[in-house]
Amino acid sequence: VSAHPPEALLVQDAAPGPGIERWQRGSRAGSALRISAALAIVVVLGLIPYLQGPSATYKLTNLFLLVVLASMWNLLAGFGGMITVGLQAFIGIGAYALLYFTDQGVPPYLAVLLAAIAAAAAAVPMSFMAFRLTGGYFAIGTWVLAEACRLVIVQIDSLGRGAGRSLLVFNGVEPAQRQANTYWVALAVLILATATIFLLLRSRTGLGLIALRDNAAAAESSGVRTQRAKRLVFVLGAAGCGLCGALFLANSLRVQPDSAFSVSYSAAMIFCVIIGGVGSIEGPILGAIIFFVLQDQFANQGTTYLIVIGLIAMVMALWQRTGIWGLIHERTGFSFFPTQHRVTVGPGSLPDAAVPHGGALKAH
Amino acid sequence: MTWVNAIVQGVLLGGLYAMFAAGLSLMFGVMRIVNLAHGALALVAAYGAYVITDALGANPFWSLLAVVPGMAIGGWFVQKLVLNRTVGPDPLPSLLVTFGLAVVLQNALLQFFSADSRSLQAGPISTAALKVNSSISLAWFGVLVFAVAVVLLGSLSVQLSRTRAGRVLRATADDSEAVILSGVDPRKVYALAAAVSFATVALAGVFMAMGTTFEPSSADARLIFAFETVIIGGLGNLWGTLAGGVILGVTQTVGAQVDPSISILAGHVAFLIVLMVRPQGLAAKVRVA
Repeated sequence: VSAHPPEALLVQDAAPGPGIERWQRGSRAGSALRISAALAIVVVLGLIPYLQGPSATYKLTNLFLLVVLASMWNLLAGFGGMITVGLQAFIGIGAYALLYFTDQGVPPYLAVLLAAIAAAAAAVPMSFMAFRLTGGYFAIGTWVLAEACRLVIVQIDSLGRGAGRSLLVFNGVEPAQRQANTYWVALAVLILATATIFLLLRSRTGLGLIALRDNAAAAESSGVRTQRAKRLVFVLGAAGCGLCGALFLANSLRVQPDSAFSVSYSAAMIFCVIIGGVGSIEGPILGAIIFFVLQDQFANQGTTYLIVIGLIAMVMALWQRTGIWGLIHERTGFSFFPTQHRVTVGPGSLPDAAVPHGGALKAH
Repeated sequence: MTWVNAIVQGVLLGGLYAMFAAGLSLMFGVMRIVNLAHGALALVAAYGAYVITDALGANPFWSLLAVVPGMAIGGWFVQKLVLNRTVGPDPLPSLLVTFGLAVVLQNALLQFFSADSRSLQAGPISTAALKVNSSISLAWFGVLVFAVAVVLLGSLSVQLSRTRAGRVLRATADDSEAVILSGVDPRKVYALAAAVSFATVALAGVFMAMGTTFEPSSADARLIFAFETVIIGGLGNLWGTLAGGVILGVTQTVGAQVDPSISILAGHVAFLIVLMVRPQGLAAKVRVA
């Protein structure tokens, strides 16, 4: 079977007997189109600081970080089967690590990288505690870990205790320049995070993860090292959140334990993923944009937007589990980041009736 | 002696935590739903009692007569109309819906009542104390809450083990498909369990409101303490839940005795230690409820 058979030829071309076809949606031409579209978007986004004022740059930086956060939550829940309300632990650790490392004289953007490493390092021992719990109790257990991190941070004088502190490393840097730099770093992180998740899901580990999410016992008996795969995802997610935490601080210049470790980050991530669509790469991106626009529209009305978004998310969770992206994908079959595996069935190996979707089972 | 006093106060506090935890444990035991809105529901009950007390000018204890049945009916409807759709092997839908509910309720409270701290004045009992000696004194209110918690857990335990409704509840928890063969509609059983759970959290919420100040954001800590209590005590054992509450309460008050700023952290550390050393909890049974 060729690597990229055109869509229409797929079923006829399938080898006799059942097999697994990998992410074969679309043709070579389709891939080229997608890649050029992605490049065009990146180029336009990269030029924004030259075209727009600092307030747009500031807002877009936060949007990029929200997309990354939502993607990290989705990586854990949608692919690793780990639902959590505790990723703010790593956002807070990332922010405070940036503060600490710049205090030590590390250049700011190198310190951002170290902050991600610090968050990932913290995630390793935390995973050993959190993985004792499953399902909903894992979700709250990670929240307790986040709270414990916050309560440790507020004990440390040099980090400003409960009152928080300002990031001083950019003193003397021209604000517009700093904002533009932070914007570009955030854009780079967005691209890096999306590419990492995309490649991870297309890898052998990614297949194991999806199997693990769908049926942990079956995955384990097929030789997937479930604990290791889950830990890898947890640590990756922590690193991504750590990067975001550090960049939120680089963007706003002020950190406070109550807001850096706030569960409202989890609310934002969860709502983005649920509205956009869990278990796809496109869903969290779409969801984050919707969340961001709603937040912006209702900005003058206190927390009304959270009530509205919360209700929308509840409705989605009840009746449209695959989110808005799922709706689009079902209607059009389009995937910007194809990661699906499909079981193909050769003639005579299975009765047609057993195979929905015209001979191709979605394994995503 | 101050240490003994800290321990005594912690035990009393543990009664309240156990009261919060009972409903969380029950919903998980029967329908495998981890109700992330548990803390927010406690706050809804607290504000309900606040509004009633404010309107009538009566003692807040009277508000229990309206708030507890009101929340029970609310729980019945929430389960019937919303949560029954999420029951299943996949924990994601119920977590998302209850999390959404928590955020909606908490922000609605914030809109209606602002972020200001409130309190309920329970009258003379809130200040009366039994002085054992110069350093130990038992607040009557704390003793009352602990006694109510013991009675609540005891009667829940008896109901579950002795009555027909309790048997049906346990049977549904064990195998929700097999009970259908015996003519039981699991969805009705779930609605009953949710009603009981909401009633207990209402009781706990109103007692909390009489004991301390509260604001909409108090919901988070309530959920976390209830969860820690359940895990420390061990799933599915109501007396274990009481023990879990007492351990959490004592760790917090003893921690506060060392340094007031580490009180809550001490509780979290105790929880994490139990999680590492004995993840099944102190008194776990194999099956729940």
